[in-house]
Amino acid sequence: MKTDIILAGVGGQGILSIAAVIGEAALEDGLYMKQAEVHGMSQRGGDVQSNLRLSDKPIASDLIALGQADLIISLEPMESLRYLPYLKEDGRIVTHSQPFDNIPNYPDMEKVLAELDKLPYKVVIDVETVAKEVGSARAANIVMLGAAAPFINIEYAKLEDGIRRIFGRKGEEIVNMNLKALKAGYDLAKGA
Amino acid sequence: MEKHLFLGDEAIAQAAIDAGLSGVYAYPGTPSTEITEYIQTSSVAKERGIHSRWSTNEKTAMEAALGMSYAGKRTLCCMKHVGLNVAADCFMNVAMSGINGGMIIITADDPSMHSSQNEQDNRVYGNFAMLPMLEPSNQQEAYDMVYDGFELSERLGYPILLRITTRMAHSRAGVVTRPQKQENPLHTPEDGRQRFILLPALARKRFKALIEAQDTFTEVSETSGYNQYFDAPDKSLGIITTGIAFNYLSENYPDGFTHPVLKITQYPLPRKLLERITGACKEILILEEGFPIVEKQLKGFLGKGLTVRGRLDGTLQRDGELNPDAVGKALGREVKSYYPVPEIVEQRPPALCRGCGHRDVYEALNEVLSEYNGTAKVFSDIGCYTLGALPPFRAIDSCIDMGASITMAKGAADAGLFPAISVIGDSTFTHSGMTGLLDCVNESTHITIIISDNETTAMTGGQDSAGTGRLEAICAGIGVEPEHIRTVIPLKKNYEEMKSIIREEIEYRGVSVIIPRRECIQAFAGKRKTAQK
Repeated sequence: MKTDIILAGVGGQGILSIAAVIGEAALEDGLYMKQAEVHGMSQRGGDVQSNLRLSDKPIASDLIALGQADLIISLEPMESLRYLPYLKEDGRIVTHSQPFDNIPNYPDMEKVLAELDKLPYKVVIDVETVAKEVGSARAANIVMLGAAAPFINIEYAKLEDGIRRIFGRKGEEIVNMNLKALKAGYDLAKGA
Repeated sequence: MEKHLFLGDEAIAQAAIDAGLSGVYAYPGTPSTEITEYIQTSSVAKERGIHSRWSTNEKTAMEAALGMSYAGKRTLCCMKHVGLNVAADCFMNVAMSGINGGMIIITADDPSMHSSQNEQDNRVYGNFAMLPMLEPSNQQEAYDMVYDGFELSERLGYPILLRITTRMAHSRAGVVTRPQKQENPLHTPEDGRQRFILLPALARKRFKALIEAQDTFTEVSETSGYNQYFDAPDKSLGIITTGIAFNYLSENYPDGFTHPVLKITQYPLPRKLLERITGACKEILILEEGFPIVEKQLKGFLGKGLTVRGRLDGTLQRDGELNPDAVGKALGREVKSYYPVPEIVEQRPPALCRGCGHRDVYEALNEVLSEYNGTAKVFSDIGCYTLGALPPFRAIDSCIDMGASITMAKGAADAGLFPAISVIGDSTFTHSGMTGLLDCVNESTHITIIISDNETTAMTGGQDSAGTGRLEAICAGIGVEPEHIRTVIPLKKNYEEMKSIIREEIEYRGVSVIIPRRECIQAFAGKRKTAQK
């Protein structure tokens, strides 16, 4: 078993929390994991990405090779397209549908959605609206994780444990809200 | 034996704590910052009273670390690659004095310049100072090398330079930790005065000692087990890797190597192992994360003899970090990609945060400077405010190195340039700006210095800034006239005030310091979040 994931978004959206939950779950599952992330300059509203690799065998490279990613999980639709050269031929994109528009030349949304539409395997959902329904827009990243969960090769219950460990010190209320967010995303993707 | 998920930086920090560390000294710099931050938040470190407060710059950090080592304790000193330029004076000379308590200097290099002004490979410094070096290829090795490194440093009597790069510093993997060791007792060196007073007569002896130590360093390199030889049947090519390049090579051989491979992670270069691979193989391919340092050494100046392929002959790109694809191509593999980036995808460069005080400073400054028909030049510096180079501001003309804003503006003013403006952040000012300010004061240079004060070291994530709350006193102490030290809160409602202060101080024929002060918006938001909990 080997799953190569690219996490994408804009600085501050919370892709590293997604990575942290998957990481906890993977460690619990006895899997090997490597996760390369970007800090520093790029965090200031620029594009950010993280390479997340899971395997039942030791992993060599911290970076994913071109054409090898099983999954691109993105919190922003245009950002999901930036990493397409890394996607496997039968790889899948799971992305938020709403733009983070902090640049003057953001492309026409219809064109962005049209590009996503061309891809054979994708899940495009508005995780922010779903997150608000479960309790807080801040949980959008966890809704996204839920939507990607069917494709990660980690037991759903292990991801729930990961959330309990990552958010545990913030109190039961936050944990439960994030568990609800995870479930909502998961159900949506299953239905999609 | 516990397994943790650690960033490379965190693995180094935990290893140092476990190995009996007594103090870490550092100035924040990507990708090294998380080492010190980890120690600052470690409960064990707190309990043991391990020193972890930020230093004012890398030079003060290294000197303090050396002092702690002199007193017999184990110490860690961390910096990004360009930080070693700042600390180089101490670094070159600690190679002469040697150390007492184990000392490890971490250089976190940034090939591809993810967050840096250049991509210098600090293994050059290691060779320059003739010190032993370690370059781990993965997080577990980073942990083990630091854990054992203090003892190695004490045994050899010299500091160890441990080099990591961005992908090691900022990548997470499972790491197995080892039992906690006791800290060293306080003990000063018996031969201290013979070693630590680098008067010429003594320094000459110390240099001979350093030269003599080289054979020992090489022997350790050959026998430590970190440099590994993997034999394989196809001798048409031998492959040498340094640091994390080994991982990209392994990625291309999931079922095992078909050519002999020499994995180098400890220096000086292991002579016997190099002789073995060059003797066995017709051609050598060198994969280095950084400059072609081993490649050059092996090739020799005239390039006669060995056939060596790598970054110098175009087999690999000359600049930038390696990755599995670049290494795959060098091995003649076909790299397949199925979906191109659609044309509609636009660049999303980093930008100053909405609500950031630097924004207001640049807006006001731009308006005032537009009154000078393009003669004004703004010399800026390293920090978030360097982003003032980008639209919509396009407000700065230079950003070279820590502190250069003040001294470059001074030189330009000396040449007759007017208005000569310097824009520097509070943390960069205390790091390397204060001495330049003294130069200006001594000559009453006609210069306007803006210390854009957000009361933190923001670019690297909001670490303490050494001069917070004391910038006016520092400037006055250096000798700036109190009436030309002006403070203002950079907010829209104060634009007219800001503009008139800037105008007045530009016209003043002497040294002016304007301090627009407003807390970093990220730090402010962080505090509010904590308060809500």
